[in-house]
Amino acid sequence: MSVSRIGAIGAIALSGALALSACASENPAPAASASSGGTSGASAADCFSGDLKAEGSTAQKNAIDEAIKAYQTACANANIDYQPTGSGAGIKQFIAKQVDFAGSDSALKTVPKDGKVEATDAKNACGSDAWNLPMVTGPIAIAYNVKGVDKLVLNAEVAAKIFDGKITTWNDPAIAALNKGVTLPATPIKVFFRSDESGTTENFTKYLHAAAPSAWTYDPAKKWTGQGEGKEKSAGVATATKGQDGGITYVELSYAQQNQLPMAQIDNGSGPVELTPEAAGKTIATAKQTGTGNDLALKIDYATKEAGAYPIVLVTYEIVCSKYADAETGKKVKSFLKSFSSDAVQKSLTSLGYAPLPTEVATKVQSAVNAIS
Amino acid sequence: MSALKTDQRVPEDENMTGDSPTSPPPSNRSGNEALREMSNPHRGRAIKDLIARIAMWVSFFVAMVPLAWILWTVVSKGIHLLLSATWWTGNQRNINSSDVGGGARHAIEGTLMMAGVTALIAVPIGILTAVYLVEYGRGGLARAISFMVDILSGVPSIVAALFIYAVWVTTFGLDRSGFAAALALVLLMIPVIVRSTEEMLKLVPNELREAAYALGVPKWVTIVKIVLRTAFSGIVTGVLLGLARIMGETAPLLILAPYTKNFQHDLFNGNFPTLPMMINQDRGDFALASAAARMWGTALTLILLVLLLNIIGRVIAHFGSVKK
Amino acid sequence: MSTVTGVSATDDPPGPDGRTPLRGVSASTGRLGDRLFGGAATVSGVIVIATVTLIAVFLIVQAVPALRDNQASFFTSREWAPGGDTPRFGIVEFLWTTVAASTMAMIIAVPFGVAVALFLTQYAPLWMRGPAAALVDLLAAVPSIVYGLWGLITFAPFFKPIQGWLENTLGWIPLFSPTGISGGTILFIGLVLSIMVLPIVTALSREVFAQTPLAHKEGALALGATRWEMIRTAVLPFGRPGVISAAMLALGRALGETIAVTFLVSSLPDGAAWTWSLFNGGETFASKIANNAAEFSNPNKTGAYIAAGLVLFVLTFIVNSIARIVIERRKAFTE
Repeated sequence: MSVSRIGAIGAIALSGALALSACASENPAPAASASSGGTSGASAADCFSGDLKAEGSTAQKNAIDEAIKAYQTACANANIDYQPTGSGAGIKQFIAKQVDFAGSDSALKTVPKDGKVEATDAKNACGSDAWNLPMVTGPIAIAYNVKGVDKLVLNAEVAAKIFDGKITTWNDPAIAALNKGVTLPATPIKVFFRSDESGTTENFTKYLHAAAPSAWTYDPAKKWTGQGEGKEKSAGVATATKGQDGGITYVELSYAQQNQLPMAQIDNGSGPVELTPEAAGKTIATAKQTGTGNDLALKIDYATKEAGAYPIVLVTYEIVCSKYADAETGKKVKSFLKSFSSDAVQKSLTSLGYAPLPTEVATKVQSAVNAIS
Repeated sequence: MSALKTDQRVPEDENMTGDSPTSPPPSNRSGNEALREMSNPHRGRAIKDLIARIAMWVSFFVAMVPLAWILWTVVSKGIHLLLSATWWTGNQRNINSSDVGGGARHAIEGTLMMAGVTALIAVPIGILTAVYLVEYGRGGLARAISFMVDILSGVPSIVAALFIYAVWVTTFGLDRSGFAAALALVLLMIPVIVRSTEEMLKLVPNELREAAYALGVPKWVTIVKIVLRTAFSGIVTGVLLGLARIMGETAPLLILAPYTKNFQHDLFNGNFPTLPMMINQDRGDFALASAAARMWGTALTLILLVLLLNIIGRVIAHFGSVKK
Repeated sequence: MSTVTGVSATDDPPGPDGRTPLRGVSASTGRLGDRLFGGAATVSGVIVIATVTLIAVFLIVQAVPALRDNQASFFTSREWAPGGDTPRFGIVEFLWTTVAASTMAMIIAVPFGVAVALFLTQYAPLWMRGPAAALVDLLAAVPSIVYGLWGLITFAPFFKPIQGWLENTLGWIPLFSPTGISGGTILFIGLVLSIMVLPIVTALSREVFAQTPLAHKEGALALGATRWEMIRTAVLPFGRPGVISAAMLALGRALGETIAVTFLVSSLPDGAAWTWSLFNGGETFASKIANNAAEFSNPNKTGAYIAAGLVLFVLTFIVNSIARIVIERRKAFTE
């Protein structure tokens, strides 16, 4: 296909576009007013005008949607789009320079996987170091649907055996031992897993592997390695669990809440812990920085035994270039992430089922954002 | 028995008298099987006819149940959003999944634009290819083209999308865009148009062509003014079927045209709003009433758009047809 | 009866009057016009050839290195672990799911579709024909994503108890043995696909049946055939090639359907036991590719999925070719 052909096609397409846009309405302002805004994270002076493209993790979709709304409410000329297609897709498109920054549930890998080192590729794409900036943390719920059971306690060992198909009925002695006083039915357990490659699966299996290494022997991965029945995306597993007596799945907190699914309490060794943003925050507080400088890749201690800490969490990052080839893009990313990492916006995310970043991490993130150019 | 007899009468709509199952002539040209049947006593034939009649009615109603159910689901769950003016004038900017309503105009415009551009490329190629196959093509090249069209019609939408991604993004290093998605849709639309146009051109009686040639009309004029014109309504129907098919395609959009909640009329730069992607956006949160309503509303909008195109096509076909 | 296709259009003969198609166009401009027009038609055809060749080259170029590195048998292995140092992948499971679900869809949709088309052209009261045909045409144009949504949200909860009952009642037949998959079984996918392609089969068959020459029908009836005999002797033989191509088009759609199947399918974990049961889950080619397209992170992994796409491509092509052969043979027979 020659260049002139593309040009000709382009010309045809453009004329069509012009004809159509002529009849488009002249109302650039959003027709519906923002209902739950009020967290204007950006001052008018900071606003950029134009488009900003991002893509990645589904786990942070609701958070970033909220942050975008806050930003766009303050900045009428800014258009920010986030495609919730998955962490791997986000990184892939970031490396292919299709998006300005990526959202991912795990930091860029520094060891070769499938013959590629993500961090190196990202660095090459940016022409500068790529940074992992933790922006949101989200608890992963073990959501279940068993008739007559509205309180359930699990620990890593039992959860691993359930998700690996070793425990197959709800009245299994191992479950009963953790749930004294609860009448468990003999319903068979139906495990639902994510059929797409997912950061949630990776973080959940990281937890199982770290906290119950003898029961969960598989390496943590985006692709599910246990047993059960696969459904597409978070909405798929949540819906399937809701429609199946005896169903159990792992899913981000917000999806469990949307579907009104009960969530298991996790006994990390110091007693059962209910899933709350605060309890998840305690686990996040154990995180250690593994990146250097402004690269804030974190390592979470999933095997934490701290009292009151809910151990199954994921940290989702924004992956950015430290120095954008196009200075204008750098300004846009910086301006938006400044708003996203601001205390006001971060606080508003708690109501959406996300846990706040620990203060010292949040401070580091804010200074890293300031260093983007 | 008498009831059966009245039953097997031909309905009034054909201007013929009723059939009577008597004395089948032995030289029935059109059916050896019928011949065998007719040697049986009349009773069996009448019963078979009745069974067939009942089976047809039952099939129709059984088949209509799920289809009516689908339409009912979409309409009943989505109509209320379409009744607000905002839906037709606004976009989804700052409307998150938990927010109610918003507008769909950005996606309606986007889908129409994308379909328009796709048609601009696919329709001429498709129709001309069909013309070649029916009017010009003999021998190797025609067979090769026909073969290739068959293959093309076998290309799943996801494979077409991966192919365009490999060419557009990986090879040329261009950004994903509405136009890239339109190119993938072109691949899906061409075979639909070639095949439907081909069928329609074949239905044009050869006598027409021969008459034109006999009068010294050049071949291309014969094709444009007589053959294509006679087949016009059928061709339009085929184009609209093709458009309907591609307007609802989601897989190529997922890979090639990221969604935006804002108005966007630039097919070459930036993300592009489309109705299927808008459905996809809300599908992830359909446990929320707000997102579910918007999802069904968008689906209904997409169906209405397809319906509108169908109606337009029928009108064009009606007024453009040579029969007028 | 000397038309190209062997299809006589004598029931709608061109009126000798009322048409002026033959305006005086001088033959001298005809030559150049002919060359240009014929050239344009040829070029279009060549573009189609070039495009398909490009697609094929693209598929093969991407698939071959991955296939070469593959440590498992591509056609018989049930493993799917592409990428990595020792990629192992095989397509037998996708092939089975795809073929089984599509075959089921055809077994349901084709007889029903033909019956509905016959009903609409031969049995329905006149007042019903127009609106019902328009409805079917509209449904044929409803995007598959809508069928997917309906299947997932409305139909699946409704069908679940029925599926459970079937599993309990017919479980002794290997094809229906229970597997513990709760929702997106092959049977369920096949059913939704059949509902999706039914309007396509109906709409296309209806058009062909409506073209049956009145002379054939009247002939049969005049010879004393019942309505059903008339259909069997005049309408069905005339419409058979059309029905076959409608069915093949529908089968092509069912085989390659991506988004609706992706919504509905229940995928199996690695190492799940093999069963012939229609109550098992399993991904189809298209859903497997779509589900993982976002994660095509390296050429070898991508190549494995492309290779799967290539098989789907070939499968659809074979189906189309068979249809073509059947139609051609039929045509030769009629002429």
